[in-house]
Amino acid sequence: MVLVILTPALFFKNTPMNKEEIIEALKTIVEPYSEEVSALAHIDENTDFINDLKINSANLVDIVLDIEEKFNIEIDNDSMAKMLTVKATTEIIAQKLEANAG
Amino acid sequence: MGNRVVITGLGVCAPNGTTIDEFSDAIKKGLSGIRHQPDLEALNFSCQIAGKPVLSEERISQYFTPLELRNLNSTGIIYGVIAGLDAWKDAGLTIENNEEPDWDSGTIFGAGTSGIDKFRWAINKIDALEIKKLGSSVVIQTMASGVSAFISGKLGLGNQVSTNSSACATGAESILLAYERIKTGQATRMLAGSTSDSGPYIWGGFDAMKVCTFKHNHEPEKGSRPMSETASGFVPGSGAGALVLESLESAVARKAKIYGEVLGGHINSGGQRGLGTMTAPNPTAVQRCIQIALKNAGIEAQEIDVINGHLTATTKDALEIENWKAALELPADDFPYINSVKGMIGHCIAASGSIECVASMLELSEGFIFPNINCEDLSPEVTTLIDAKCIPQTLIQQPINILAKASFGFGDINACIIFQKYTHE
Repeated sequence: MVLVILTPALFFKNTPMNKEEIIEALKTIVEPYSEEVSALAHIDENTDFINDLKINSANLVDIVLDIEEKFNIEIDNDSMAKMLTVKATTEIIAQKLEANAG
Repeated sequence: MGNRVVITGLGVCAPNGTTIDEFSDAIKKGLSGIRHQPDLEALNFSCQIAGKPVLSEERISQYFTPLELRNLNSTGIIYGVIAGLDAWKDAGLTIENNEEPDWDSGTIFGAGTSGIDKFRWAINKIDALEIKKLGSSVVIQTMASGVSAFISGKLGLGNQVSTNSSACATGAESILLAYERIKTGQATRMLAGSTSDSGPYIWGGFDAMKVCTFKHNHEPEKGSRPMSETASGFVPGSGAGALVLESLESAVARKAKIYGEVLGGHINSGGQRGLGTMTAPNPTAVQRCIQIALKNAGIEAQEIDVINGHLTATTKDALEIENWKAALELPADDFPYINSVKGMIGHCIAASGSIECVASMLELSEGFIFPNINCEDLSPEVTTLIDAKCIPQTLIQQPINILAKASFGFGDINACIIFQKYTHE
């Protein structure tokens, strides 16, 4: 599967959330899973869930469940496997939102 | 010979007390923790009374992180972690966040089953084709060793971490397994204990077997009647008990408070041969277990001051006393005191042995014998075997030196432990 990097224009057209808003929502979701206060405060596109936020890899499935609930989307197994960083996760969320809207 | 092994910490989560102070006070006063359970009534249980520890959300949140609490649905793990961590703190031990685990400390924390409510939830999700919704919390809460895994992670234990399971003998067995490990020098300190879930899904099977009483739904506190003529089945209970076992050398070196010493014990099975079955004890095996425990501890029968019985309040109580009497070969008028915690808290299944050993350690260290409750009408079958004066119904305050504790379980299995008061030199 090829990941489509959404342009902001496309993004705004189809969904009510922009990338910054998704990252902000994502931050609220991952917060309970991490004890890295400083890394959480500086969360950005380059943040890696396991290396930077020290999230237990077993909890990644719980984060995906929380994302599904929060954004009202469904995430398939292939997408789930890629959701290791904020960047990849944001892109997948945006993609699913776009698919829903389309 | 091996290391001498002493008990330096106690923790409990019982239906009549969830701290050592509360529990100690309750057993001295003969306070019952048996209450009417609306969920059992709603589900048409024959026995609608049970023993459940009472814990506030606030208390539970002191032992678990907010993330752990999010999907926590295993009462056994909650009880076990609370009792286990309390015992650790009671022993004067600290919880360090070191990089290295504590290689010399471990735990054997038993359970009959784990997270039965969580299991039910997961099964319903799976059957509703929502397997993905299980998340990561199902396995850790429903694996039998969930309780020892949670405790070990919180304490950073680096020695053996395991969960034993031997039905109603689980708690007593955990202590003997921990004792052996320290005695043989493989560990310095072991947290022993056991836990048992609450609720209809753990108690239902017993209700269906008709081994629980259905005659006291209107008077819960009178329902559990060990040694009584009107005993009509056990009252299901739940909770956890925990004891820190430690080599005497280590306890003395760190000037720890010592509740008592484990002199020895024995674990065996009747093999479901002779009179033994899946659910009935083989008397030969019970007697043998008690006799070998005495021999292992190096004591004579007449040295026993108090027996903390299994005594569940079924019609088998008299058989248990008959077995004690045959094993000890003592006359009716010179029999040790005998008591049962189950009159106050019901039968806490896998947790019974450990909670009852906590009670035993309090008796030894403080010098008292807690009263039996609900046996004002002693069974004549019992009183033909031993004098009524051996069955105290009010608190006795007196120093005791040696206490024998036994637990018996489904599968025809037995465990007997001999404890001695420790006198600080």
